[in-house]
Amino acid sequence: MRLIRWHRRSSIPGFGLGMGILLTALSLIVLIPLAALVIKAAGLGWSGFWEAATGARAMAAYRLSFGTAAIAALINVPFGLLVAWVLVRIDFPGRRLVDAVVDLPFALPTAVAGISLTALYASNGLIGSILEPLGIKIAYTAAGVTLALVFIGLPFIVRTVEPVLAEVGRDVEEAAASLGAGRITTFRKVILPAISPALATGFALAFARGVGEYGSVIFIAGNMPYHTEIAPLLIVVQLEQFDYGAATAIACVVLAVSFLALLAINLVQSWAHRRMVAR
Amino acid sequence: MKGRRDPLISSRASRAALVLAAIAYLVLVLILPLLSVFGNALAKGVGVFMDSLKDPDARAAIHLTLTVAAIAVPLNTITGIAGAWAITKFDFPGKGFLVTLVDLPFSVSPVVTGLVYILLFGAQGLLGPILAEHNIKIVFAIPGIVLATMFVTFPFVARELIPLMTEQGRSDEEAAMSLGANGWQTFFRVTLPNIRWGLLYGVLLCNARAMGEFGAVSVVSGHIRGETNTMPLHIEILYNEYNYVAAFAVASLLAMLALVTLVLKTVLEWLSGHEPVGRGH
Repeated sequence: MRLIRWHRRSSIPGFGLGMGILLTALSLIVLIPLAALVIKAAGLGWSGFWEAATGARAMAAYRLSFGTAAIAALINVPFGLLVAWVLVRIDFPGRRLVDAVVDLPFALPTAVAGISLTALYASNGLIGSILEPLGIKIAYTAAGVTLALVFIGLPFIVRTVEPVLAEVGRDVEEAAASLGAGRITTFRKVILPAISPALATGFALAFARGVGEYGSVIFIAGNMPYHTEIAPLLIVVQLEQFDYGAATAIACVVLAVSFLALLAINLVQSWAHRRMVAR
Repeated sequence: MKGRRDPLISSRASRAALVLAAIAYLVLVLILPLLSVFGNALAKGVGVFMDSLKDPDARAAIHLTLTVAAIAVPLNTITGIAGAWAITKFDFPGKGFLVTLVDLPFSVSPVVTGLVYILLFGAQGLLGPILAEHNIKIVFAIPGIVLATMFVTFPFVARELIPLMTEQGRSDEEAAMSLGANGWQTFFRVTLPNIRWGLLYGVLLCNARAMGEFGAVSVVSGHIRGETNTMPLHIEILYNEYNYVAAFAVASLLAMLALVTLVLKTVLEWLSGHEPVGRGH
């Protein structure tokens, strides 16, 4: 007989088997490989790590990756809200189709999106050839990186805002309207406060994804060191030059930024939850 | 859905304007890139398109992608079901932390995923000398591609099942057990029918990602034509060789997979009787 049980007594069997399979797979596939990254980073020593992580080329790559990820997520906040609004609150023919289309970036492989966006926005492409005479260059510039991240990030905002928008009480809005509040006031004072935690969460999810995104970006980015080279590409470049230390240090920075964004979401959500309860 | 009355936007015209604006954005950002895949693939006619797919290297890439998915998806499905069972049918300390660990691969850049396997199994890696001694090759070979794919798709099935099984509770299983069913009978006759649509949806997303994964697989593959190139990697090579039609021809197969995935998702939502089956990644 076992003296200590991890789980509370239950009439359902299979805890040991299920947990055993999960922990074995989780350790072998995810945790032990990630530990290799930590061991390698620790082996670099603090000064070695700092030097590799903050070189001029790496700093330029972070600026591009983090900057474009933030801009792309910001662009998707109003447009994602628009799409979510239309899906939740307006009945129109083809709503199911539009709803399915929103998930396209989750289903379409990133490399496919990457070559397709590049073909569209290159100077001889369908859209690029319209923009070129206007002096606007998208492909092989930071704008191209942003565009790819807009593609990747849209569903994160829409899918996060949708359920919250559906729950904003219409009675509250009607009450506000009947008390004489205009539409803009109702939106600003009633709806926006209710959905802003969801908007922030969607922004952070899209940002965290954008920071590490590779496949959809490398085709449309120019991949010029210091200019249009994203941080994940720099990791690959360092690996190809067998500089595993530099690759590890840059990878740690990219991971840390993603984790910080996701940690921020948890803080925002628990804060929003407390505020809702306090009301 | 009933009562889609919108107190804020009352006039028909402004509703129509909003819908059109949303659709215009989706067309520009999502639909045009999708159509462009097929347009470019067929740019030189159906004959060239078909020839591109008959190329032996393209065939090898398709075969490898199917093989990798056929290994990674079932293994992750079993793990996802087992994990969701342990997490949702029992109470134990540290549950929240465990769920966070299961979700961890979602927040790791694909390139970093590839890197960690090189640091572990590469020639200079932690286990490199032991592997070399026994003549086992993991990275720059198919096992590395399978492992990287499994890492990236690890959370998909569990992520779908955990909220669903939490919502369904334990009373069905407890009733089956008290009526004398054993654990496996309870699972196959009670739990599995309850979760089938959510499970199928998770497997579908897992498969789409497994077949389309690029970054992680690219780092560990070694890029040997006809040997360790999956479909996305083969697309990259063709594209970089300016062989656009062939690149888009292979890409159009993956785009078809994405469309089938989205159609099946919509059907599953309809079958399961409530709105979204889940929130995928």
